Amino acid sequence: MTRVILMLIFFVLCNTGGELAMSYGVKQVGEPQSFRPLALLRFVWAAARNSWLWVALPLLAASFYSLLILFSWAPVSVVIPASASNYIVGTFGAKYLLKEDVSFKRWLGVVLVCAGVTVVLLTGKG
Amino acid sequence: MSHEHRLRFKTLVMVLLMVVCANTGDLMLARGMKQIGNVEISVPGLRHALLSTIQSGSIWIGILFLIGFTLCYMTAVSWADYSFVMPAGAFGYAVQTMLAIVVLHELVSPKRWIGVAMICVGVLLVGQTKPNTTNNAGPVSP
Repeated sequence: MTRVILMLIFFVLCNTGGELAMSYGVKQVGEPQSFRPLALLRFVWAAARNSWLWVALPLLAASFYSLLILFSWAPVSVVIPASASNYIVGTFGAKYLLKEDVSFKRWLGVVLVCAGVTVVLLTGKG
Repeated sequence: MSHEHRLRFKTLVMVLLMVVCANTGDLMLARGMKQIGNVEISVPGLRHALLSTIQSGSIWIGILFLIGFTLCYMTAVSWADYSFVMPAGAFGYAVQTMLAIVVLHELVSPKRWIGVAMICVGVLLVGQTKPNTTNNAGPVSP
C-alpha cells in the first residue's frame, strides 16, 4: 500500500507540474488561428519551440508512466479517485504560479468537482 | 454573441472533445496494462514492461486518444484559464454514468448519483466564472 501512495503522490506532482508548465507555455504561444490542419500544425510547431513545453513533456511523460504502473498495481476504481486531488493541487498552482484570479465561486466549484469525482469512483459502477 | 460568451462556448466544445479522448484513452490504457500484468520495479521488470507496452495494440490506441486529448487541452488553455478548463473536464464522469445507464443498462446507486450531481454543480459553478482572468497573447503569428 505504501508504494501505491508514494507513486500516487509522484503522479499528482508530475501531472500537475506538467499541465501548469504546458498551460504557461501555450499562453505565451497564443491560440491557433483556425482549426484547419495547417493552422493546427503551425500552432503545434510554435508550441514545440517554447521552452516551457520542454519542461512539461518530461513531467507529463513521468506522470503517464507512473499512471501505467499504478493501473497494474491497483484497480482503476482506487487509482482514479485518489488522483482527484489533482484538481485542488492544480488550482493552487494556477492561483500562485500562473497568477489566475480564482474567485470563491471557482474554488467552490473545484472542491465540489473533486469531492464528486471521489464519491463517484469510490462507489464503483453500481 | 459577446467575446466572453464566444470564449465560453468554444471552451465548452473543446472540453467535450477532451472528455471523449481522455476517457477512451484511459480505458484503452487500463485494458492494455491489465493484459500485461503486474509491473515489477527492477531493471529487468521495467525493461519487460516497456517492451510489452510498445507491443500492445490497446496501449497504442490509448496513446493516440491521449495525443488528441493533449491537442484539445493545449488549444483550450491557450485562450482560457487552466483553473477553468481543468475542473470542467470532470464532466466526463457524469457522461460515463449516463453511458453506463443508457448503453450498459447498469443500475446506478444513490451515492453515485450524489457524486454526479456534485460534479455537475461544481462544473456549473466554474462555468459561470470568467473563462480568462489573465492577459493572453493573440493568435499564433504565421
